[in-house]
Amino acid sequence: MKPELNGRNVALAMAFAALVSLPFWVSGTYYINVSSQILFYAIFALGLNVLVGYGGLVSLGHAGLFGIAAYATGYFLQAGFPHSAAILLALVVGIASTAVFAFLALRATGIGFIMITLALGQIIWGLAYRWISLTGGDNGITLHGRPAPFGLDLGSASAFYYTTFIIFLIAVVACAILAGSPFGAAIKGTRDQPRRMNALGYHVWAIRFWACLLSGLLTCVAGILFVYYNQFISPQTAALTASAEVLLMVIAGGPATLLGPIVGAALVVIVKNVVSGYIERWNFLLGAIFVAIVILMPEGLVPGTVRLWRGGLRAFRRRRGIVLAQSAEPKP
Amino acid sequence: MATDATPNASSESALPALELKGLSKSFGGLHAVRGVTFKLMPGDRKAIIGPNGAGKTTLFNLITGIFPSSSGQVLLYGRDVTAWSSHRRTALGMARTFQVTHLFPKLTVLDNVLLAIKGLRPSKYVMWRFMSSYPDVYEKAHGLLERAQFMDRKDTEVRFLSHGEQRQLEIVLGLASDPKILLLDEPAAGLSSGESVEMSEFLQGLDPKLAILLIEHDMDVVFDVASNISVLHFGEMLESGPAEQIRQSAKVREIYLGTE
Ligand SMILES: Nc1ncnc2c1ncn2[C@@H]1O[C@H](COP(=O)(O)OP(=O)(O)O)[C@@H](O)[C@H]1O
Ligand SMILES: [Mg+2]
Repeated sequence: MKPELNGRNVALAMAFAALVSLPFWVSGTYYINVSSQILFYAIFALGLNVLVGYGGLVSLGHAGLFGIAAYATGYFLQAGFPHSAAILLALVVGIASTAVFAFLALRATGIGFIMITLALGQIIWGLAYRWISLTGGDNGITLHGRPAPFGLDLGSASAFYYTTFIIFLIAVVACAILAGSPFGAAIKGTRDQPRRMNALGYHVWAIRFWACLLSGLLTCVAGILFVYYNQFISPQTAALTASAEVLLMVIAGGPATLLGPIVGAALVVIVKNVVSGYIERWNFLLGAIFVAIVILMPEGLVPGTVRLWRGGLRAFRRRRGIVLAQSAEPKP
Repeated sequence: MATDATPNASSESALPALELKGLSKSFGGLHAVRGVTFKLMPGDRKAIIGPNGAGKTTLFNLITGIFPSSSGQVLLYGRDVTAWSSHRRTALGMARTFQVTHLFPKLTVLDNVLLAIKGLRPSKYVMWRFMSSYPDVYEKAHGLLERAQFMDRKDTEVRFLSHGEQRQLEIVLGLASDPKILLLDEPAAGLSSGESVEMSEFLQGLDPKLAILLIEHDMDVVFDVASNISVLHFGEMLESGPAEQIRQSAKVREIYLGTE
């Protein structure tokens, strides 16, 4: 298959080039750091999107899983493990917790699923506060330095940015393949018509369980990047507001799309970091933007923009068609 | 009472494709299905009729394993599947359609069929390859759509199809898994009389080796498709027999056909 030269691919190639060269044209480490944040939150949002967008299962406890992976990294580093072992163990702990979450929450769908994930997320948040011997309570856990794989120190903003970028790319490609795979079709099928899927021979529960695990894997990867980025983790990371924020990224950007969660993550991180420097009530601004999106583009920013763009193109062609037809008419 | 009249000679000795033994289901105090005993041989065409609320759909849900039964047994090819989950029974060669259309409205006709074909293949849970990299699945889908005369609409989203077309596609999805037993829950529900005739022709055109159990209110469709009819009334099998016998039965007329 030869890649086509259409608008979409050109835009993607430009976005890719922009992201690769970002540390060169962005001035100052501050904005490079904001970009790193956007990328790992995009991974988080892509993870939640697997469940919310493709699976139709809305989770309000994902910050709990994100927090578990982040805390586990911090804890194992504190306990003296090397970075590689801490990261691996954090992934294992995170996926295992996701499995427990999924097992409990998948007793229900719809509102029931939301409520169970919400409760589980709150339990994690509560534990982060109270289980002081493990989490440091209010003081959290402070990391001492980032890893240096293959002698490459990730301490600098651009080195960390590139690492995050590579992991982000892997996540995007994985999500793209997943969405087009038989399993991706099956997840979407269980979202739209679970009874039919069952009658067709699909194991609906197992499909949802796997969707949870995949979602959890991306969430944990994002959580580990987060804790290395901040070199600090406190209970706030696992709070309900954090779960709501990532859900907002997915819904605002466009659930069940690949680009949507990424755009949503960029929107939220930019408003939170950059705009908050100028406007004190950035939370209010974020809320207003969200309300505007819900009213103007209920399907999310990315699908909404595509719809408007197509509509505009069609209107443009129609008008040009009329002009052409008129000029073609024989003049009396 | 003849429960299994006019089996074709070849299936005489074979195991019944589907057998129900004293199958019952109650919802709280409501006995929706009571002690139903029934056999469907390979290639049989049978219908279940009965007034609304008689327990017909519930019986299908017991056969397919959507609800656990309160007592009794379901056997597929002699194998007791009473405790099996629904998707495992499908894997033994049973497919069903729903009284209310259960399609994927935002997918195209082709994508609906692809999903249905994948349902019984081990590769259905593969997540590292594109669906489009399975040409055999596409070939099969095209074959199915060809036979059902849907090829010209294969790229239409299902929500844009007419109700009659959706009811037919519902059956095509059932056929995608190459079932040996097909359970149809009121396939002609909500169809115009012209569409019902089409549906009944469509059903008569299916592979003669396929066993069909049909729930239907439209008696023309029933008499066209089924050679054998059972009457369900308040969850009980009231009478079973060849279509002609049921047409003439006074009891059946009284509770069911009499309403016509
Ligand atoms: N899930 C359920 N819970 C409780 N009662 C049910 C359920 N499904 C069906 N029923 C009851 O069982 C009886 C039979 O229903 P059903 O099998 O749908 O009838 P039919 O398909 O013959 O019209 C009805 O009285 C119905 O209300
Ligand atoms: Mg019914």
